[in-house]
Amino acid sequence: MKKWITGAALALAAMAGSAHADGHEAYPERPILMMVSYGAGGATDFQARIVTMTAGNEDALGMPIAIVNRPGAGGRVGWNWFASEAEADGYTLGAYNIPHFIAQSIEGGVSYSADSFEPIANWGADPAVFVVGADSAFNSMEDVVNYAKENPGGLTFSGAGLFVGHHIAALQLEKAAGVKLAYIPNNKGGAGAMRAVIAGEVLGGVNNLSDAFRAREAGNVKILGVFDLERNEEFLPDVPTMKEQGFEIDNASVNFRGVMVPKGTPQPIIDKLATTVPAMFENGRVQSRMAAGGSPMNIMTRDEVLKMWAARQATLEELLAGL
Amino acid sequence: MDFLFYMGDVFTPINFGLLLLGTIGGLILGATPGLSPTMAVALLIPFTFQLEPQQGLILLGAAYTSTVAGGAVSAILLKIPGAPANIATTLDGHTMATKGEGAKALQLSFLASAVGGLFGVFLLIFLTPVLAQWALAFGPSHLFWLAILGVTVIGTLDSSSVVKGLLSGCIGLWLATIGFDDIMGAQRFIFHPSVSGGINVIPALIGLFAIPQVITMFTKGRSSDDAEVISVKRHPIRLAVVEVIKRKTALTIGTLTGSIIGLIPGVGGQIAGLVAYDQSKKFSKESQKFGTGHSEGIIAAESANNAMVGPSLVPLLTLSIPGSPTAAVLLGGLLIHGIFPGPDLFMNYPQVAWTFIDSMLIGQILMCVFGLYIAGLAASVARVPHAVMAAIVLGLAVFGSYSVQNSMGDVYVMATLGMAMYFLERFGFSAAPLVLGLILGPIAEANFIQGSMIANATVGTGAYFFTGWLNWFLILIVLASISYSIWMEIAARRYTTKDDAVAKEEAMS
Repeated sequence: MKKWITGAALALAAMAGSAHADGHEAYPERPILMMVSYGAGGATDFQARIVTMTAGNEDALGMPIAIVNRPGAGGRVGWNWFASEAEADGYTLGAYNIPHFIAQSIEGGVSYSADSFEPIANWGADPAVFVVGADSAFNSMEDVVNYAKENPGGLTFSGAGLFVGHHIAALQLEKAAGVKLAYIPNNKGGAGAMRAVIAGEVLGGVNNLSDAFRAREAGNVKILGVFDLERNEEFLPDVPTMKEQGFEIDNASVNFRGVMVPKGTPQPIIDKLATTVPAMFENGRVQSRMAAGGSPMNIMTRDEVLKMWAARQATLEELLAGL
Repeated sequence: MDFLFYMGDVFTPINFGLLLLGTIGGLILGATPGLSPTMAVALLIPFTFQLEPQQGLILLGAAYTSTVAGGAVSAILLKIPGAPANIATTLDGHTMATKGEGAKALQLSFLASAVGGLFGVFLLIFLTPVLAQWALAFGPSHLFWLAILGVTVIGTLDSSSVVKGLLSGCIGLWLATIGFDDIMGAQRFIFHPSVSGGINVIPALIGLFAIPQVITMFTKGRSSDDAEVISVKRHPIRLAVVEVIKRKTALTIGTLTGSIIGLIPGVGGQIAGLVAYDQSKKFSKESQKFGTGHSEGIIAAESANNAMVGPSLVPLLTLSIPGSPTAAVLLGGLLIHGIFPGPDLFMNYPQVAWTFIDSMLIGQILMCVFGLYIAGLAASVARVPHAVMAAIVLGLAVFGSYSVQNSMGDVYVMATLGMAMYFLERFGFSAAPLVLGLILGPIAEANFIQGSMIANATVGTGAYFFTGWLNWFLILIVLASISYSIWMEIAARRYTTKDDAVAKEEAMS
């Protein structure tokens, strides 16, 4: 129902044109769309729906945000659309996933880069973790790397796709441990990659912390390491980081999720969003729903996100240069 | 028998009210072209924010069950399959409706849906641990062979000849390659920005089925104005019940195929109906009647697509892995209340889990009751004049394609494919094999690539794809299916005289 209403609203908006283009004081005057470049039910979609649920409150934007999914090709379809076709009028927001879109733009073949978008705020950070089946012989990352040294290129492990956070983590592991691994990208995203681990089709896998936490609660997997600078005290205080296990791996693969607008959006609107949106994420209801769903939050303001994007750009260019 | 213990919870005033709301709302959403069960459930998620976990899940469970069945309404009356699950229903269902027997077709489809659906939910209740293992058994190599099995069905599905069926299947396979490829991200055949995301299955479905029909209706409306007023036949429900019971073979094949295939993550829901239709055609004594408005076709297709509902939730409820897009959305509905599905779901939250399953049982029955009630009324759709009908279907087709992801690009894709299909149909090609190719292409390709990546790192491609009992079993069925098609084609040729061929050509033009 929501979609139709938004559709109708969008049509009206198109007709109204830029009648109010100059006066941004009243922004927003109508419901806002937010594009998620992954399918309904995925982690990004699920979290985007939660963090935007209070947008209609008077102390937030005062207008609801509706989610539109444009899935395909690891997010490329949605972000291509967002960079080239979305209107830069503040009524079309987008969800970003770092390092995904930056890595894809470095790899090439897409019509966006970090310069095509203006970040608004960050809501979550989901580190990658290394998982193995519950009955696997591996009990630490050392076991995994030793196996890989004995069988070069024979350690199969799954992840959500190419040039997404999981792939970056895999590349970092290869580099830090100095071994050749067989990364198997899955076309069904994180859920498909997790299934492959549980079913024993692959020897291990890189997956999202939140999904791995649930799978471990269900007794299906062991989590051997976190690809982050620090342990995750909230969900996995007992799982050591890669660095603790002797591998020089930083947080370049951590999946940051947040809100952005297309380049060219009027500065007053960007400023307004940059002050309201982080406060909206701080809302108690949002926080409790996110915690209930096992989704780690990490709220960052626009300035912090700009720095983070620039830092990722540099790290990823260096990491992917060797490919 | 825990499920009986919690049955009472379904009947508290609020819960039952939500169940009714979910069922009726689901039927309406399901009957709306373009609103697949996945999207219908996703649309309802925000409403569950305000509800108790148990109540939210009752609403979602009921909606899931009845949207799948509701898809049959537009498939039968308008020839627009609401979701891939309903493709097979159009083949006989719509033909029956154009003969004025829409009421019968709808009654059969709702009864068969209820039988299949109840069986599926009972499987979920009693055999979950066993089924969970089965859901995990299908790795890339098995899914690849399963997709190939689907491809072999293409030739015999609703076409005047095997060759034409295969040709339209190939067109579908080619259409499936458009866009970024799923694994490597390579760009293929992106000749227009509308197709940069690939051909979305739902707009393609709507275009391929509805547009040729719209054009035909417009042309007919011109030539013979009032000549073709269809008298809508009444059909007592009693007779429909007798008919469903009489067609035991179709009902059994549909239910079993639906439950088994529905369980396989990522594949099941989309092809269960088509595979069941094809299988029951092969086993039927009256196989030549399929496609002409034969009741077995409807019964097999609809019992299969509802039988898949229960088993498709097994991987989610036991392993916490969503096996289908709809299950992924339901997972979101659980997580939002802090409920983590997994083996101890039934221990930690029995009240939520069992009530959810019970609501799907009761939901199946309610869905059937409401379905039968509206069948008589809905069938009058056939009485609407052609010109008006064509306009309505066209409107719904545009609306349905647009609403999938608020994209005009999808509307262009829908219109283009639809117009192309109109000409293809005039040459004896049909839409069902084409869509099957479109659905199976990515499954076969992605699993082949994944399988060979794993194979190269481990045992080698040959050993990976050709060893293991499940691979052998699937290859065996593939071979059997191919031999059957060849045999049928030869047999048909032997008995087709020149006069028959001429008559057939004339009937077509």
